[in-house]
Amino acid sequence: MVVDVVPKPEILDPQGQAIVRALPRLGLHGVRDVRQGKHFELDVEDDVDAETLHRIAGELLANPVIEDWTVRRL
Amino acid sequence: MSAVCRIGVITFPGTLDDVDAARAVRRAGAQPVPLWHADDDLHGVDAVVVPGGFSYGDYLRAGAIAAHQPVLRAVLDAARRGTLVLGICNGFQILCEAGLLPGALVRNAGLHFVCRDQRLRVENPATAWTGRYAPGADIVVPLKSIEGRYVADASTLSELEGDGRVVFRYLDGNPNGAMHDIAGIASADGRVLGLMPHPEHAIDPLTGPSTDGLDLFHSAVDTVLGSVRG
Repeated sequence: MVVDVVPKPEILDPQGQAIVRALPRLGLHGVRDVRQGKHFELDVEDDVDAETLHRIAGELLANPVIEDWTVRRL
Repeated sequence: MSAVCRIGVITFPGTLDDVDAARAVRRAGAQPVPLWHADDDLHGVDAVVVPGGFSYGDYLRAGAIAAHQPVLRAVLDAARRGTLVLGICNGFQILCEAGLLPGALVRNAGLHFVCRDQRLRVENPATAWTGRYAPGADIVVPLKSIEGRYVADASTLSELEGDGRVVFRYLDGNPNGAMHDIAGIASADGRVLGLMPHPEHAIDPLTGPSTDGLDLFHSAVDTVLGSVRG
């Protein structure tokens, strides 16, 4: 299972902005915006249901006050 | 109600400021009670301080792991019964992660760790932790954090502002991009307080920029002993 967490669009992401500013210094152009998040890979039992997966993501891996998340089974 | 005010001070792995917090409690005439992250009860304390530091190394998010430890469940239960709770810096982050206070603390807008003597305005002297301060008092206490930018959605902010729950506000420029210059907020009943700056480091002229932080602890003792100074 994979959980991706990113800051909500309305939350200022200064780390993402620092990356945007660094790219041209490497000669890499064309990137308008970067949002820095987190990527989790979880090895879970087959019988863990979807609700539990969403609780794992929404109650610990992400803070819903400031972050959005997506859950994928591989 | 005991004649001596007993104030618990929690230590998590990675907590740094528990010793200073206990010293501030003692200096205010109360008895500090050490609490450990694995404790599942609070040993009958009248108030609890969740001190600053880097609990669990700030893994996942600052305060996220500490917010789910046994002692925090006990703090949530006690807060529902009216026990006073103070979260300082990482302690404020923990209280927000645990849902005891609204909003969240995120990376400073300038991405720098800010360490300075910070002027604050006491916006609400009517909480359980601020009774000793004059309305609008101007105080100086150390601020030292990189995840200190308070954020909340618009409706939460307007509720906090409307109900006088913004208790401390930054002066002399916003150090971290916090919304509405918010340095500290309280629960609706004024008994749970969280703030980023460190009042426990400003209780002794030998080691701090002022003694302005001590009245926070005196205020809690007043509240617990029911003898708020007129």
